[in-house]
Amino acid sequence: MTDQFEPTIIGFTCNWCSYRAADLAGTARIKYPPNVRLIRLMCSGRLDPTFVFKALASGADGVMITGCHPGECHYIEQNYKALRRFHLMRRTLQGFGLEPTRVRLVWASAAEGAKFASEVASFVEEIRSLGPLHWGKNNGKDDVQSPTQQSKPEIAEVPA
Amino acid sequence: MTEKNDVNTTLTGGQEKIGVYICHCGTNIAGVVDVAQVAAWAADKLKHRGVVIARDYKFMCSSLGQELIEKDIKELGLNRVIVAACSPHLHEKTFRTACSNAGLNPYLCEMVSIREQVSWVHTDKVAATAKAKAMISGGVERVRHQVPLEAMTVPIHPDTMIVGGGIAGIQSALEIADAGHHVYMIEREPSIGGHMAQFDKTFPTLDCAACILTPKMVSVGTHPHITLLTFSEVEKVEGYVGSFTVTVRKKARKIKEDLCTGCGICQEKCPKKVIDDVYEAGLGYRKAVYTPFPQAVPNFPVMDVENCTYYEKGTCKACEKFCPTEAIDFNQQDEILTFQVGNIVLATGYDLFDARRVTNYGYARLPNVFTSLEIERLSNAAGPTNGEIVLRDGKTQPKAVGIIHCVGSRDRNFNNYCSVICCMQSLKFAHLMHERTGATVYNFYIDMRTPYKDYDEFYQRVLEEGTLFVRGKVAEVTDVPRIPAEKGKLIIQVEDTLIGKQRRIPVDMVILSSGLEPRKDSYETAKKFGISCSANGWFTEKHPKLDPVATMTEGIYIAGCAQGPKDIPTSVAQGAAAAARVLGKIEQKEVALEPVRASVIEERCSGCRICNGLCPFNAISFHEDRMVTEINPALCQGCGTCVAACPAGAITGTGFTNDQIMAQIEGLLLLNIGQEPVAA
Repeated sequence: MTDQFEPTIIGFTCNWCSYRAADLAGTARIKYPPNVRLIRLMCSGRLDPTFVFKALASGADGVMITGCHPGECHYIEQNYKALRRFHLMRRTLQGFGLEPTRVRLVWASAAEGAKFASEVASFVEEIRSLGPLHWGKNNGKDDVQSPTQQSKPEIAEVPA
Repeated sequence: MTEKNDVNTTLTGGQEKIGVYICHCGTNIAGVVDVAQVAAWAADKLKHRGVVIARDYKFMCSSLGQELIEKDIKELGLNRVIVAACSPHLHEKTFRTACSNAGLNPYLCEMVSIREQVSWVHTDKVAATAKAKAMISGGVERVRHQVPLEAMTVPIHPDTMIVGGGIAGIQSALEIADAGHHVYMIEREPSIGGHMAQFDKTFPTLDCAACILTPKMVSVGTHPHITLLTFSEVEKVEGYVGSFTVTVRKKARKIKEDLCTGCGICQEKCPKKVIDDVYEAGLGYRKAVYTPFPQAVPNFPVMDVENCTYYEKGTCKACEKFCPTEAIDFNQQDEILTFQVGNIVLATGYDLFDARRVTNYGYARLPNVFTSLEIERLSNAAGPTNGEIVLRDGKTQPKAVGIIHCVGSRDRNFNNYCSVICCMQSLKFAHLMHERTGATVYNFYIDMRTPYKDYDEFYQRVLEEGTLFVRGKVAEVTDVPRIPAEKGKLIIQVEDTLIGKQRRIPVDMVILSSGLEPRKDSYETAKKFGISCSANGWFTEKHPKLDPVATMTEGIYIAGCAQGPKDIPTSVAQGAAAAARVLGKIEQKEVALEPVRASVIEERCSGCRICNGLCPFNAISFHEDRMVTEINPALCQGCGTCVAACPAGAITGTGFTNDQIMAQIEGLLLLNIGQEPVAA
């Protein structure tokens, strides 16, 4: 194992399209890097921007938001609301002085297991090139339950 | 479900007794993830978060695996269960039922997908094992905040609405009505029958479409359990599975249906001839008062107010003068009907691809280029030429015919998908051309697709009849000759890919086998009924393989070409399948709705109304008097968009609360490992 930086990424999926895309990537045995850990929501519209900031502040190096393609939302149009919030989140990150590309939005239908896998792979590469975030440490906050210190032993267990 | 024992309560810190079960799935998981190590880790490192037992087992979903969980719930008094195995879409129900059997509220069981998301997609065993641990940690944190939920039950209204009176809708209506339940059939056109009523022969058996369809149409028209509303459109759908309130506009026919006998004298006497663009595909005429075709169901005519002389000039009324039963009513207005149904089947069919869009094939520019629907009408004995196949001049029989497949299908410029029926349809035309005109017939195909029962046999038969097949996509149809032999002909320019040469083939008639497209208004229809469309515009089924006629919206089913291109047998099968699903629902008498719902905590609601415009299901209403928002739990589909939008945190979404997600984030990042034990 090399010493290359292994980012930790939190992924949000909707129950209907992108979670099923992840399922399909599994059933089709398409390989992607193990850096992403998924949280299932019913819809990308459920994604409260605070979830994203919470994840980044708690030690994640990037957040991937996934949902149904525009026009294919199980809840008709709620993914458009996720899209609006996504742009808001990126602007907010920029305001914080952070790279807005640490948040990525991916549309993946239930049939796009391969796309899901390739998006994960390319996002991991992108975050790797940006380097670790260390939000909690950089902001010198003690009350953010130190993302890096305690969890590092476990996270470090995750090689490529 | 009622509360079965005292563990089914919301817990405060320190009371959790969580069981973690890790499945080997044979070697599917255990081959990559060190399951024993994960179990030991969970029992040790997550002990302070309430994990009292962590086990690994060969097949958790087996009856022995389930018994293991049930036994632990009973003996150890577990009040939360984590199953780390396959995707919840596969076995969530299995494990929830197991918990329920042991007296635990089924919604206190959470699955972690370490097969689809870990062992099947990762190869590095160490990394995979570490990821599995993190995911289980996330699941444990999440389930700690889970509360018992009760599925809400609503009664099912026994009536059904079927939208679209083509063959799929007809089949569905008859199945349901024959079972003794009432059906409302809504059809936009003046008669039911759909596209099939326009066809001449049906492949591969070549039986006459009208002969097999019209008896079914008559059954629909006369069935005591079917209310047939033709020339009508659905305006509004409100409600949810079990109790939809539907508003239908019954357009004014200008004919009193209770008096009309369908004698046809009005059509005879009407002086105005109009080109029939719908039924005769523009090849024939109808009157301004007309029934689209002789076997129409219902047999009442309809007045075409845009073309009727009376509406144009204020005088004529020939039909009224001659009607023996005084059924003509020039002042009739649209009627708005409202009724209740429990389930809805959408069988709204397709539109034919407009061949004019492929400009290089010359349709509508070169007279002897025909579309498939025009050929259906030309070859139909009841059609404008009484079944004689002639060129646009109305008398010359073609001596050479070119049939072009895949017009508008499998073409990146138009539609990527295969329209399924065109190959067989083209073979049918080839056969008919041979039989009726003795012409030389060329088929230009990209790939020949004849996959179902007796279809390939039909292909063999057409081959033996002497039809010539050229493999290649036609570049152009032109009337500009290069040599004298091409003069006065249509020349098909094509690369014959089997001999690797460009060819120019002169013919008299070109038939464009146009593909199928979603209805122009399919997006609006989908929106009206609260279902979704694929990127192409076909209605999306719940599962492409395992649930092809249900939609993501409970109580709404789809059948026939509205879901995607298909032939008649498949449309009929889907119509019957949708009916079976509806009958199943009706038999249940009531339906349990997933308890994933949003609700407003009134004390926290500031009445800002930010959430009010977000709900596509109209579940959110605002009480002006109390200045608070309320969510109708029966209408709420549980997407959670309003939960995420509420600035006051006044909306909670069961199953996916902010607390749960926040906790899961911490768990996934393993922040819980170094944390203080949960306070007792």
